[in-house]
Amino acid sequence: MVIETLSEDVKKCVDRWKDREGNLIMILHDVQDRYGYVPREASLEISRQLDAPLARIYEVLTFYNYFKLQAPGKFNLSVCLGTACYLKGAPTLIDQVRRILHVEEGQTTKDGMFHLQIVRCLGCCGLAPVVTVGEKVYSAVKRSDIVDIIAEHAKIYQKN
Amino acid sequence: MSTVTMVKALINGIEVKVPAGTTILDAARSVQVNIPTLCKHPDLAASAGCGICIVKAKNNRKMLRACCTPLEEGMDITTHDPEIVQTRRTVLELIMANHPTECLTCGRNRDCELQKIAADFGIREDLYERVLPDLPIDRSTGTIVMEPKKCIKCGRCIDVCQNVQDVWALSFIDRGFKTRISPAGDIKLAESPCVRCGQCSAHCPTGAIFENDETQKVWSLLQDPDKHCVVQIAPAVRVAVGEGFGYPVGTNLTKKLYSLLRRLGFKAVFDTNFGADLTIMEEGTEFVERFVNKNGPLPLITSCCPAWVDYLEKYYGDMISLFSSTKSPHEMVGALTKTYYAQKNNIDPAKIKVVSIMPCTAKKYEILRSEEMASSGYQDVDVSLTTRELIRMIKQAGVDFKQLPDEDADLMLGDYAGAGTIFGATGGVMEAALRTAYFVITGEGLKDVNFTNVRGLQGVKETSVDIKGTEVKIAVAHGLKNVKFVMDKVRDAILNNKPLPYHYIEVMACPGGCVGGGGQPYMVTDDIRKQRAKGLYDEDAGLPHRCAHENPHVQELYRNFLEKPLSHKSHQLLHTKYTARPLYIK
Repeated sequence: MVIETLSEDVKKCVDRWKDREGNLIMILHDVQDRYGYVPREASLEISRQLDAPLARIYEVLTFYNYFKLQAPGKFNLSVCLGTACYLKGAPTLIDQVRRILHVEEGQTTKDGMFHLQIVRCLGCCGLAPVVTVGEKVYSAVKRSDIVDIIAEHAKIYQKN
Repeated sequence: MSTVTMVKALINGIEVKVPAGTTILDAARSVQVNIPTLCKHPDLAASAGCGICIVKAKNNRKMLRACCTPLEEGMDITTHDPEIVQTRRTVLELIMANHPTECLTCGRNRDCELQKIAADFGIREDLYERVLPDLPIDRSTGTIVMEPKKCIKCGRCIDVCQNVQDVWALSFIDRGFKTRISPAGDIKLAESPCVRCGQCSAHCPTGAIFENDETQKVWSLLQDPDKHCVVQIAPAVRVAVGEGFGYPVGTNLTKKLYSLLRRLGFKAVFDTNFGADLTIMEEGTEFVERFVNKNGPLPLITSCCPAWVDYLEKYYGDMISLFSSTKSPHEMVGALTKTYYAQKNNIDPAKIKVVSIMPCTAKKYEILRSEEMASSGYQDVDVSLTTRELIRMIKQAGVDFKQLPDEDADLMLGDYAGAGTIFGATGGVMEAALRTAYFVITGEGLKDVNFTNVRGLQGVKETSVDIKGTEVKIAVAHGLKNVKFVMDKVRDAILNNKPLPYHYIEVMACPGGCVGGGGQPYMVTDDIRKQRAKGLYDEDAGLPHRCAHENPHVQELYRNFLEKPLSHKSHQLLHTKYTARPLYIK
């Protein structure tokens, strides 16, 4: 993926936080907000502009679950693994998503449609276990529901 | 005189008195108590990674890590009781549960810190199911092999790569169980800023980072009746190889090595020290050319360290013109073996195979670095082995090394002055160069050839030398982190048109220089670096010739073959070029 404005985009993020202590993580947040993930080219650019080793940037990027190194899919499929969802069977839901989409956590399907994300607590434990696709929230999801949830979005995609 | 605050405490009931700030681990050693540790290397800061060194302090519920806890006044420490030992066992069993059982085929077999501690603790069964990460082996650099699944995550390699060498090739990627050693973003080491210095391999407690073992390649060459195998040994090897055979650290075994190498089957035994003398002739003349005749930019920077060459090409690509074009000593001996030696002895150079024994992993990369490394028409050096590989070859050969008689090298490319031998220690190249530069500039010999202020382990040594009224400003840096200080000063002077801070700079990538090289025996400390260096300086002091230009066989080489330093032929065989390279290929 070539982002033509990458150098200026990164510069804006770097300039915003440049003089603050602990700026790296804030810059990475800004970059991810902008692109939906942190492309390697952006990390290389941050490394140059901050004069910080790329290895240090990747230590931070891979330490925090939140940062993504791959472009997100068209639909972000999040499964909650907070305590309530976990106890109500979220692991079997993740297993089912993996089987249908052939992706691991943090990966995007080959056709770029779905990105599997595991999140910790969406703040609606009463609805556990919870799955979200984009903005849409599915509650009390059963393993057998997963295929329908995926099919529903695949159809939306085809229509558009 | 500054006073040191002392603290008094008890360790296993024994009274200890140590300077404030001393760790419990070190304090215990002072009263003959060995607290076991796996991740702490005496050469590096404590990372508190493994948890083996835990001890109890009276009135403290928690167990403390002895490697990173300073002894405090009045502490009452217990280092060994059944509960502590059992806890250590559990920690060890958990580490082993993520470590493969490949000891018999691992390069570190019998020389592995994890294996040793498991043996000491008498671990006899696997209590936990073994879970191994599925991570690929990285052989991309051709110099070191990284096998992340053998990693125990002590962090030594990362500490040395980031904080001692300032290279930042390695880092911890991911977290928790998925933590692994890797260049940024799971690329290969050869695609990263790695300069192949091998300090990671010299500090790794297990076989997770290991030199690319090419001993079998050398055995095959020696076995081939159609090949004429020739060998050379680097300065720093002679004072370190003995550590593999129980000699006191720093013992100089030059002459035993010569006879050993003949027994292994080498047809000619040369010495890289000869190449070092020759390097001085070329580089010293290059310096005089730039300094006196103003023919070329200053400061001149030494280039005999291949990890430093790699570092400069990647980190200081804009300063390549300052680099000496002179090749490193083993490349010179290689090029001359396949030309000068081959012609004199009427041997087909195609059949000659040159093996160099080096304290260094980066030399394995250097022999293929650029087309000038085949200046003889053939690859000038065919295989480069580290000191550690040589020690294994000696053991395989079934030679009683300690009882071997002394022999001499083949002098044609094996004679050397003191200048050549001190190349193996930080400051040695500078000292050797000054001895000869003084002669070339003034036409006179030095009254005292010792430049003691460039010796020793201080990270950056800055001084100036008076050559008959002309001041030569010099800097010597070792350990790549120390280079930045020197190079930034130079860059600042050049960019802002200020007077040059130095005229001549020596850099060796590894702390202590080649004596502390990445291919040398394990467990190096500053004390060991000093003793190895002393072995070289003592030899220098006792040699009939101290200066490179006094070496009669170097003189003969110029008379009969090269003509003079920087001649057309010298340029062809003994000089090279450099290319700016990106830090990351991916």
